[in-house]
Amino acid sequence: MNELSNGAFLRLQNISVKFDDDQILYNLSLDINEKEFVTLLGPSGCGKTTTLRILGGFVTPDSGDVLFEGKRINDVPPYERQINTIFQKYALFPHLNVFENVAFGLRVQKKPESEIKKTVNEMLELVNLKGFGKRDINSLSGGQQQRVSIARALAVKPRVLLLDEPLGALDLKLRKDMQVELKNIQQRLGITFIYVTHDQEEALSMSDTVVVMDNGRIQQIGTPLDIYNEPENAFVADFIGESNIIDGVMLEDFKASFAGKTFDCLDKGFNANEPVDVVVRPEDVDVVPVEKGMLSGEVTSVTFKGVHFEIIVDINGFKWMIQTTDYEPVGAKIGLYIEPDAIHIMKKSEYSGVFGDYSSYSDELEKLSENVEEENE
Amino acid sequence: MNNKRTSLLQRFVAAPYTVWSVLFIVIPLVMVVYYTFTDSNGVFTTVNVAKLVEKEYLSIFARSVAYAFIATVVCLVIAFPLAYFISQTKPRTQKLAIMLTMLPMWTNLVIRTYSLGNLIEDTGVINTALGLLDNPIHMINTPFAVILGMVYNYLPFMVLPIHTVISKLDKNVIEASQDLGCNKFKVITKVILPLSKSGIVSGITMVFVPAISTFYISKKLGGTDNRLIGEVIEDSFLYSENWNFGSAISFVLMIIIMLSIAIVNKFSDDEEGGGMLL
Repeated sequence: MNELSNGAFLRLQNISVKFDDDQILYNLSLDINEKEFVTLLGPSGCGKTTTLRILGGFVTPDSGDVLFEGKRINDVPPYERQINTIFQKYALFPHLNVFENVAFGLRVQKKPESEIKKTVNEMLELVNLKGFGKRDINSLSGGQQQRVSIARALAVKPRVLLLDEPLGALDLKLRKDMQVELKNIQQRLGITFIYVTHDQEEALSMSDTVVVMDNGRIQQIGTPLDIYNEPENAFVADFIGESNIIDGVMLEDFKASFAGKTFDCLDKGFNANEPVDVVVRPEDVDVVPVEKGMLSGEVTSVTFKGVHFEIIVDINGFKWMIQTTDYEPVGAKIGLYIEPDAIHIMKKSEYSGVFGDYSSYSDELEKLSENVEEENE
Repeated sequence: MNNKRTSLLQRFVAAPYTVWSVLFIVIPLVMVVYYTFTDSNGVFTTVNVAKLVEKEYLSIFARSVAYAFIATVVCLVIAFPLAYFISQTKPRTQKLAIMLTMLPMWTNLVIRTYSLGNLIEDTGVINTALGLLDNPIHMINTPFAVILGMVYNYLPFMVLPIHTVISKLDKNVIEASQDLGCNKFKVITKVILPLSKSGIVSGITMVFVPAISTFYISKKLGGTDNRLIGEVIEDSFLYSENWNFGSAISFVLMIIIMLSIAIVNKFSDDEEGGGMLL
């Protein structure tokens, strides 16, 4: 087993985990490179946190191996791993002040006092908390507490930092600032970051590699651009951004048929007449007069979103979402024009037909489901 | 509590306890102080207190403090690992274990102590079971017996508050300490122990206070060589009917207890103050 070191810095190999009767992870395999910023993205219950806890050493997989620089570390306890964790709710030590929290790991290692002082001050400066050393943990805001927990984990110079929805409890503005800050820290220190979130925007803007998970399985691994532009299946297409996912047939290479029409596209390699899922992003559709449109339909709802309008168009009973800067009133008949590069073809999957139609769509519903998701986290 | 005027409802709700505490706490305390500093004719005197400096009473005081201290330490040494162990089990096991810890409390202290006496007598259950009736292990009427009785009777008071605090500790904080390099032992010394201070302080108070003032345990298990201050108080009131001297001892004992608690609280300088009595 130990011979397996063909380059991968950190490797999960055929990992399965079961809690009681719940299968949490199914045969999951993942390679992570050194200094990479990897994000595990998925809805709550998808197994992303469990995956992180396996890397941290808090969960032992039922089967499969965890390899760190080619060595099997399944049975290495958390305190012997060069992997540290930023916990979702900070998990600071309430009986210690800011300085002692950051110094904790160094004191456990019995580092000399002068080194501890130097490192702690460096770390506090790194997270913009210079001069906060004497402060009581409970007197800090959520954002400051999270900075302390980052400094505390970085102080022991980990090779890998695991971050479990570290910004989940912060408000939007602070979250955006911290995203930038975290990314800067990661690049400056050259540490591998493995980041768990259910926020797709966070995942896309911070990561080198995004791992999309659902139901204990990896749905897709790729760069943020790949994940967005070339989703592997209907789940990924729906989870990352907005997507119209239409039932279609691949007639031949570069020709797809959906919504009763035939379209040119850039995809190839499918069997002739293979049923497929077609993804069209709402921002890639041009609104044109009916006579110039490749498709036409009636506007059933319009929402002003600031940068653009979000309109729902009924085309033969399938509700499309279109983002446009031109206002179209409800009831208007409009034509739609779709460029070949706006079309993405996916193989059929277990998720086909589950996502991609905006029939039940309204802002109210979206908000409700978002709230539920956050509460579950 | 805010300093604003209390509402009528608040006063109404507080009334029964106010009456209760005036009748059964404030008035008796005033009486204790009154008796302490008067003689049998009601004339002011410090003779009662001065008498306590006599060697006989000083040694009894010292013995009471020593026994209570030892019993408290033994309780703590037993209770902390026990409470920690219980808190690591499944919720259902925890409930059962706590119930088992509490189980002895369902029996009256007098009966429990009496039974313990029967167990450790020279002709008691233990010596009988070991077949040592001819040459018994002498346990009853020794300091060991008294301290054993204290530990046996007051152990649950140490286990419960510590268990309550430990079981409420944030699991993430414990994981964070492991993450930062603590093995199982260091997790306990660096995180769990300091964070359960408030429970330990309550436990110490709840064991030390009844242990230092007990009279039944020492009387039943300690014989005549192990008299504690509680017994002297009992004697003064019930047998020699010297209420003034009895009050003086009680008064000094109260001061000793308050000082002890103050010292314990000084050691635990955390601001949460869960379960502190002073």
